[in-house]
Amino acid sequence: MRRSQVQTRLNGNDIDFLCEPRQSLLEVLRDELGFTGSKEGCNNGNCGACTVIMNGRIVNSCCVLAVETEGAEIQTIEGVAHGEKLHPLQQAFLEEAALQCGICTPGFIMSAKALLEREPNADEARIRHWLAGNLCRCTGYDKIVKAVLSAEPQLQEAKQS
Amino acid sequence: MTTVEKPVYSVIGTRPIRPDGVEKVTGKAQYGADVHLPGMIYGRILRSPHAHARIRSIDTSAAAKHPGVLAVVTHGDLPAADDRVEELGETAVNVRELSSNILASDKVLYRGHAVAAVAAASPHVAEEALAKIKVDYEVLPAVVDVRDAMREDAPLLNEARRTKSMGGQVSDRPSNIASHNQFKAGDVEAAFAEADVVVEREFTTKMVHQGYVEPQNATAAWNSDGTLTVYTSTQGAFAVRAQLSEILRHPLARIKVVPMEIGGGFGGKTVVYLDPVAAVLSKKTGRPVKLTMNRAEVFEGTGPTSGTYIKIKAAAKDGRLTAVKATLAYEAGAYPGSSVGAGAMTMLSPYDVENFEIDAYDVVVNKPKTAAYRAPGAPAAAFATESAVDELTKKLGIDPLDFRRNSASRMGTRMVNGIAFPRIGNEETLDAAINSPHYRSPIEGPNRGRGVASGYWFNAGMQSSVTAAVNSDGTINLIEGSTDIGGTRASLAMQLAETLSVPYETIRPTVADTDSVGHNDVTGGSRTTFASGLAVYEAGMDVRRQMCARAAKLWSVDPDDVVYEGGKLRCTKDSTRELTFSELAKQSARTGGPIVGKASLLARGAGGAFATHIVDVEVDPETGKTTILRYTAVQDVGTAIHPAYVEGQIQGGVVQGIGWALNEEYAYDESGRMLNSSFLDYRMPTTLDVPMIDTIVVEVPNPGHPYGVRGVGEVPIVPPLAAIANAIADATGHRFTDLPMSPRRVLEALEGLE
Amino acid sequence: MEAFDYVAPRSLAEVYSHLGNGKRTLFLAGGTDVIVQLREGRRHCDQLIDLKHVPELMRHGFTSDGTLEIGAASPLAEIYEDAEVQRRLPGLVDAASLIGGIQIQSRASLGGNLCNASPAADSTPALMALGARLVIGSASGSREVAAEEFPAGPGQNSLRPGEILVQIKVPPQPAHSGAAYLRFIPRNEMDIAVASAGVRLVLSPDNSRIEDVRLALGAVGPTVILVNTNDLAGKAANAETFKLAGEMASAAARPIDDMRGGVAQRRRLVSVLTVRALNTALQRATEAR
Ligand SMILES: Cc1cc2nc3c(=O)[nH]c(=O)nc-3n(C[C@H](O)[C@H](O)[C@H](O)COP(=O)(O)OP(=O)(O)OC[C@H]3O[C@@H](n4cnc5c(N)ncnc54)[C@H](O)[C@@H]3O)c2cc1C
Ligand code: FES
Ligand code: FES
Repeated sequence: MRRSQVQTRLNGNDIDFLCEPRQSLLEVLRDELGFTGSKEGCNNGNCGACTVIMNGRIVNSCCVLAVETEGAEIQTIEGVAHGEKLHPLQQAFLEEAALQCGICTPGFIMSAKALLEREPNADEARIRHWLAGNLCRCTGYDKIVKAVLSAEPQLQEAKQS
Repeated sequence: MTTVEKPVYSVIGTRPIRPDGVEKVTGKAQYGADVHLPGMIYGRILRSPHAHARIRSIDTSAAAKHPGVLAVVTHGDLPAADDRVEELGETAVNVRELSSNILASDKVLYRGHAVAAVAAASPHVAEEALAKIKVDYEVLPAVVDVRDAMREDAPLLNEARRTKSMGGQVSDRPSNIASHNQFKAGDVEAAFAEADVVVEREFTTKMVHQGYVEPQNATAAWNSDGTLTVYTSTQGAFAVRAQLSEILRHPLARIKVVPMEIGGGFGGKTVVYLDPVAAVLSKKTGRPVKLTMNRAEVFEGTGPTSGTYIKIKAAAKDGRLTAVKATLAYEAGAYPGSSVGAGAMTMLSPYDVENFEIDAYDVVVNKPKTAAYRAPGAPAAAFATESAVDELTKKLGIDPLDFRRNSASRMGTRMVNGIAFPRIGNEETLDAAINSPHYRSPIEGPNRGRGVASGYWFNAGMQSSVTAAVNSDGTINLIEGSTDIGGTRASLAMQLAETLSVPYETIRPTVADTDSVGHNDVTGGSRTTFASGLAVYEAGMDVRRQMCARAAKLWSVDPDDVVYEGGKLRCTKDSTRELTFSELAKQSARTGGPIVGKASLLARGAGGAFATHIVDVEVDPETGKTTILRYTAVQDVGTAIHPAYVEGQIQGGVVQGIGWALNEEYAYDESGRMLNSSFLDYRMPTTLDVPMIDTIVVEVPNPGHPYGVRGVGEVPIVPPLAAIANAIADATGHRFTDLPMSPRRVLEALEGLE
Repeated sequence: MEAFDYVAPRSLAEVYSHLGNGKRTLFLAGGTDVIVQLREGRRHCDQLIDLKHVPELMRHGFTSDGTLEIGAASPLAEIYEDAEVQRRLPGLVDAASLIGGIQIQSRASLGGNLCNASPAADSTPALMALGARLVIGSASGSREVAAEEFPAGPGQNSLRPGEILVQIKVPPQPAHSGAAYLRFIPRNEMDIAVASAGVRLVLSPDNSRIEDVRLALGAVGPTVILVNTNDLAGKAANAETFKLAGEMASAAARPIDDMRGGVAQRRRLVSVLTVRALNTALQRATEAR
């Protein structure tokens, strides 16, 4: 099978890779590039475990072809913390016990991050609406929603300083 | 809320960050599907398009020639399996049936039944090759509903199957009913005759799936020396090893199972599906082989929980439950082994009821072989009991919680299996529910209603092994073998910290592979924090004893004159002699070598857990849609080691119960094809479908555990089905006896449609 | 997934140059239908033409006469986040903002929703109610059709070989009008409509009478159904009339029974949704804009 060369920006670094047109971004991230933080729960857009930020918007990376990312800017869970310094959302997920098995967590953090970058004061109803494309089977969502709410002031503080 | 006086703990009851947390929020944690080995290739599985068919032949030649394909396997590539029953995983399984479920032998018994597998350089190539495998099927009539399967003229899944009854009787006619058991006491007929009110109802529930977000996966490397390493997502690495050993006829010691992080299981990941197939593909190709399921395969090819039919007749007299007669028939799926027994044994546990007669039938149908799902068997049975009890209270005009309180089981009450309860927290849980802000608040507004229901789960004990290795700087490596699905590394490390009075942060827990720790049973049955916790406690006590001996040696005193207190060693004879834990740890090399605490045990004394739930709903009379307005779950947890994870377990179980009650179901057409094998159409709750779930944690310590731990994880899914049905009955005046109470079903009932 | 070629033309002319070469072709807008369908083997192609690099297909805006022109491949989120679109066409925002979750809306397009031609497609009834017109292009020129003429059957649109959908035109809405779209799903998100209704209500200048109702129903027939509502003209915009409209919706529906819904349920739901959507539309028509 002929493979295409694709150049893209992943977590702030220029990279290029070879892929078949039928390979999804999720597949290439995980199997070719070794970025396994984005998870596969359904492979058809229904669970959000594979959520990444592409050109500023959240997408299901299982529903994006890797060839489509030519020239795109992609952020995955691996690019959220800076070394040992966690993003306020990551810290909040830990403190609020917002993960049990944790398979949904990268997707939730990517979605929530995109939300809080747009709407730093999103309320519970808005958070629930924004996160409806991310399934979690373990937590019942309660602590996830609380973690996002509790990250809001931290995030604003972090921005100001 | 503390109901019973409890000791003052320093670590237990706090909410520290879990040891594996940072890895999981940064995407670095390695789950099963994240494994990548040098030279690794990919496998895919061909599955039956028919619910019931005889396999006349399988022609794999074209697939084998497809460019990029390295191996094709079928049932013939598995060693012949014995027709014998083994304790593997959470339940006893027949090895031959287990093996035929991995790759079908002569017959396919459900749509999605694995038939063959291909290994190739890429998953896409493997999939292309699947299309080239030719299977000649003789399609047979299928039976997918439990009551249809019980009919005498039903298509038989296995012509040799006879019904086994208690006491060893075997039917002479072949049947899909694999077993019939009965639990009986008192005189139900006399009690019915005397009763103030009697309610008789039939209930049905559909097959539902655990719905873990991570699909099954397995990566196997069959090494040149005949050892096999399998990386997998499982609730029990030792259970996987045992099943692999039986299916592959390979010695246990030559199989290493590496438990990767697991993306949810809820009982479903105690059984193997892919692991043996990956192993034989690896053996054939000499390459590591990774197999993963897609979501449709998870629905169609792994074990959900039974669809059920339950008939119940319940009676009350003088404001108490006096008699229950019930028939339970559970779908086992393609092979026997549903959870009907547990359903029968838990359905009356919240009550002290003298007269009962329960018949339980385990029935095979042309659907996937069922597996455990959170309190397996109990939710459907509680749906029947708790709905019937609600009707009794309505007829009597008694408050439903007062009625339950009057009839409540307590220490000494016998379960239906004749065993008397030890100290349990049923009454305390009911009292907390009665006094809760939720129950004391009014429910107002049109189309709204409130429901309550109770539930019980045994909780399991079983085998655990741990080692606690004390390092020279006073830190501790805790090596355990229980899969951490929801924070058990934290709850175990906390128990060790408590036992040793050392800071939680000094303990580094690791879940080890099967080569590196003694046997551990599955994480299931709500057992890990209890049973592995018990092992951790014992290992901690072992460390304490060894440290006392070391201090005695240093001080040249008798070990009996050394005490371990508050993380310090003290000489009772000489108050100047004192060493902290880490000071002594530093001396270990000079006092006799490394200090390693060990424990391997078979835990007994698991404490049963009770829950009572309160839910307010609103039903849209024009669309039939139910909205959950408010939900409070009250539960006796024994002792909450890490309260946040206790709450999380409760909230997660409740939301699964909400899904089961309102929308989740396996929808089939007549041919036995599942119509909704995706997350889009198998409707699990999203963030928008549930409110915050309030929890009230009751702590009645389990006398069978040094810190009073009871299992927490399973009972939360038991009450929701009935609690919601009772709330909908309150809101609409219509009692729903069939799940799910989907908008369609509610609208059709309220408007008399169709 | 089967193998296919991928091309990403930069202009419409270049798109057309890839057509008619005998290859089985599918288009890729947001991919939220086509990628899933290819993966599940429900559709097959030799080449997939990515439309997202064609500027005309990716922009939207109002013309001087107030027509909203939407490039067929523009992501839904870009349309419904536009404050002008929110102000002028809330009935379109209703539909665009409930397709899938946020992740889907970042990619999915109106063109894809229309071309995929599911009877349950959410944007289609809303666009029909608003009187949208579709611009269809090919190497030999372009033509325009009304939105209601576009669906041809379940999963089938009326594009001819060599054609693509270029633009969706939503005309300026009449004075004293309001539109709304509502669907019923068992959950509150991430579900396919069991039944749906898109309406546009035009009132007389004093708001007392109905001048016109456009009513389109989803998921209750092989295609989205535009209901003949001529009998409603001249009636008062009140509960009684709306109930009548609901009955007309039930009567026009030709639902099937499948795992997503039943016949009687769907008939009942379209009536309820029609009434509720009309109430919202009435509110919007009478609110100062
Ligand atoms: C999780 C999930 C949830 C969803 N929820 C909803 C929902 O709530 N409501 C709903 O209506 N839909 C829903 N969908 C379906 C889908 O998202 C929508 O139909 C979407 O609008 C499709 O747009 P797209 O740009 O992604 O189309 P694509 O997948 O890119 O294309 C769809 C089809 O249209 C063709 N096509 C696309 N553009 C053109 C063009 N300009 N000219 C000619 N042909 C073209 C393609 O060849 C393809 O056959 C959902 C999908 C998923 C995965
Ligand atoms: S894996 Fe992409 S949405 Fe589920
Ligand atoms: S924590 Fe397990 S799915 Fe969310």
